Amino acid sequence: MLNKYPMWKNIMVVLIIAVGFFYALPNLFGEDHAVQVVGTRGAAVTTATQGKISELLAKDGITVKRSELENGQLLVRVKNADQQLAAKEAIAKALGDKYTVALNLAPATPRWLEDMGGSPMKLGLDLRGGVHFLMEVDMGEAIRKMEEAKIADFRSQLREERIRYAGIHRTAHGIEIRFRDADTMDKAESFLTSRNGHEMGFSEQDADGKFLLQATMSEAYLKQVKEEALQQNITTIRNRVNELGVAEPVVQRQGSDRIIVELPGVQDTARAKEILGATASIEFHMVDERADLQAAANGRVPAGSELYQRRSGGPVVLKKEVMLTGDHITSAQPTFDQYSRPQVAIGLDAKGGTIFSNVTKDNIGKPMATLFIEYKDTGEKNPDGSIKMKKIEEVISVATIQARLGRNFVITGLSHPESQNLALLLRAGALIAPVSIVEERTIGPSLGAHNIESGMQAMIWGMAIVLIFMVVYYRAFGLIANLALVANLVMIVGIMSMIPGAVLTLPGIAGMVLTVGMAVDGNVLIYERIREELRAGRSVQQAINEGYKNAFSTIMDANITTFITALILFAVGTGAIKGFAVTLMIGIATSMFTAIVGTRAIVNAIWGGKRVKKLSI
Amino acid sequence: MMQLTAFKNTIDFLKHARVISIMSAVLVVLSLVCLGVRGINWGLDFTGGTVVELAFSKPADLPALRADLTQDSVSGAVVQNFGSTRDVLVRLQAKTGIKSELQVADVMAAAQKLDRSVVQKRVEFVGPQVGKELAEQGGLAVLVALICILIYVSFRFEWRLAAGAVASLAHDVVLTLGVFSLLQLEFDLTVLAGVLTVVGYSLNDTIVVYDRIRENFLKMRKATPYDVINASITQTMSRTIITTGTTLITVVALFMKGGTMIHGFATALLLGIMFGTYSSIYVASYLAMKLGVNREHMMPVEIEKEGADQPSIMP
Repeated sequence: MLNKYPMWKNIMVVLIIAVGFFYALPNLFGEDHAVQVVGTRGAAVTTATQGKISELLAKDGITVKRSELENGQLLVRVKNADQQLAAKEAIAKALGDKYTVALNLAPATPRWLEDMGGSPMKLGLDLRGGVHFLMEVDMGEAIRKMEEAKIADFRSQLREERIRYAGIHRTAHGIEIRFRDADTMDKAESFLTSRNGHEMGFSEQDADGKFLLQATMSEAYLKQVKEEALQQNITTIRNRVNELGVAEPVVQRQGSDRIIVELPGVQDTARAKEILGATASIEFHMVDERADLQAAANGRVPAGSELYQRRSGGPVVLKKEVMLTGDHITSAQPTFDQYSRPQVAIGLDAKGGTIFSNVTKDNIGKPMATLFIEYKDTGEKNPDGSIKMKKIEEVISVATIQARLGRNFVITGLSHPESQNLALLLRAGALIAPVSIVEERTIGPSLGAHNIESGMQAMIWGMAIVLIFMVVYYRAFGLIANLALVANLVMIVGIMSMIPGAVLTLPGIAGMVLTVGMAVDGNVLIYERIREELRAGRSVQQAINEGYKNAFSTIMDANITTFITALILFAVGTGAIKGFAVTLMIGIATSMFTAIVGTRAIVNAIWGGKRVKKLSI
Repeated sequence: MMQLTAFKNTIDFLKHARVISIMSAVLVVLSLVCLGVRGINWGLDFTGGTVVELAFSKPADLPALRADLTQDSVSGAVVQNFGSTRDVLVRLQAKTGIKSELQVADVMAAAQKLDRSVVQKRVEFVGPQVGKELAEQGGLAVLVALICILIYVSFRFEWRLAAGAVASLAHDVVLTLGVFSLLQLEFDLTVLAGVLTVVGYSLNDTIVVYDRIRENFLKMRKATPYDVINASITQTMSRTIITTGTTLITVVALFMKGGTMIHGFATALLLGIMFGTYSSIYVASYLAMKLGVNREHMMPVEIEKEGADQPSIMP
């Protein structure tokens, strides 16, 4: 029998469309005003905290709609914006600075829907307001740091093996080690290669009686160093973003040396920039006591040492070798000593503790310096357009090691705000290489709301005219196409809500509007074909069958090519454009389904398998 | 049955094809010349710099604002209305030695002199390096899209048709860019997205016509390529008009109602869709004919009917 879908196929169509509708449902419920509480560094939000907050808010007369604890993050939903502000203040006051308390808008999806995996679409920054940063990691600096670490390694390795070298320093091409004779150089080369061969390549360069061993990083190692620098910076920036107390931030890598940071709802961009971009870190060095300060000030610094300035004024010569870097710091709290002088209490991780303990044990009675390193944006640009950063190095304290220190100790010699800032930065982790902001976009929240509104307007107008036209032109079949069109739109929303990474942007809405216009293409092709077949004198059933059959490959070809371009857009696009590409791709897939299979199911159900003389087309 | 185009007889579309295609070629050359001479008004996304969008509480006095923006950091700023008389867009070039924050602060100070309750709606800063990379990537994207489509169409159809399709796409892209260059409309990322969408969309029309050409070559055994192409265009005409119409309706809705931020996108689509529909007939088909497409070229595609069985879309 012609034009009959088997029962299972009908059920399948209904089921797929029902699932699409179901997952689109959460978008109808709007949002609740909420307060988000997250524990930072050590502190965790527990059911006890949750209970305490509920009590506190009940006392203040704030109605809690719902309070949820998930993955160490507490979300307290309240009635309105006023209560939200009051609740935030009350909670922040009660919990202290070990927790970040942020305002948030939480989807008001009912519990049962949420339990079945339903959640509304995520809105891009252009629709809800906020700030977007693109940051670039200074890879040259990451490599310099790694080379310096390698120099320290080489020194101790050569010393261990009792190979005498005349000097070792960084050059533009890597690390250069000088020797007095060819024999030692050969010995050193084979020894260093056996120890570091997978990371560094060594080559001898003896000219004019000089014996130089050149060490350069292998391609693979260079790549690894860059990769690690990027990853570590991402982790650090993520920590800092958490310190800012922003709800639902995004920190993502882009390409080989860039990081995207998106902070929804943030208005105070200056503070956000200061915290994100600041690259303060500290290093501990031993003071070179043999050095003559007068000579050093005139440029005669002993090999292996370097001249620095004290923050309090005056020069000091430190050994180049870094005893410990800020990477090992796990906690940093601004406190005061017994004379009310600000200090920062530092806690180290296990590895840092061991290193520090060994270093201090061997150097009791000797002075150790805390070197504060900061990169500042000079406001100037390099010839290649990247931002020029200035490195500021200052010795913030020199203290004599009194005893073997373990994992906890204090840094002194800071002013009050400095200790606060340093503690915050250290707590959030040091950036391994400085970053600079290469792109910044701030969208006000009112503009975001306005964007949604105009997108919706365009959608309503475009859709209304198309729907009316289709009914007028194709009558009953037009009505079926319209059903398919609406189902298609709902399915796009449903799938967008289902995919975790999909974000609705303003161009995304444009993509949906466009899909409305283009999705009828499938039905128009089919219907025109049916009309042609009818004109050619075929029976109604045959015409329907031929129409769907012949139009199929055309629709496929036309859609696949659009899909290819959408895919390319997705690959090269950023932010909002990616959003457009995603909606376009989903729209193509769903419109193929609704326009071909969906309408066929209805057509079959109405006209299929019986005698029909005339079609309303 | 309501018909927009009830063609009883085949229309001789190709009759004037030579003249029209020469006109097309002239337009392409003119576009290229315009692109070469006037260039494209690259938006912030590609040039780098800073854009500040301000919302005044009353219609803004642009000359006064311009007069106030004379400090070094913001000299050469472009000030224009954006959407309404209260909304103002200020464009600043990136300057060496001056931070974007300082530029924004200077603009705000000048604006506040005119209206104390002025609001910053949007601030965008793009480093020149990023912009340059984007421009390169964007150009590459269009190129890759064209190549992918060339591959797909030659695989599905035949190289002569593929060449026609890609030539017509390139034609659409060049003409769209030409209009952007001629009118010096701002070309930003969303416009690039629009141009790429045009590449995908305008191919739709071409493919529909090609599909019919292929079918008709097999059906009309005695007909010349000239007749086959004419018949194919005629038969698909009503579909082309309707779908182009519905797409244009939605794009016009976007253009008029979608807000200023996607105006460029809608403009690119609007132009591209119109060029695309026309070129699928006069560039794609005509070129394929000139390249000598004929019945033999269509023979092997019979096998591909296999996948054309409609119910197979369902598992």
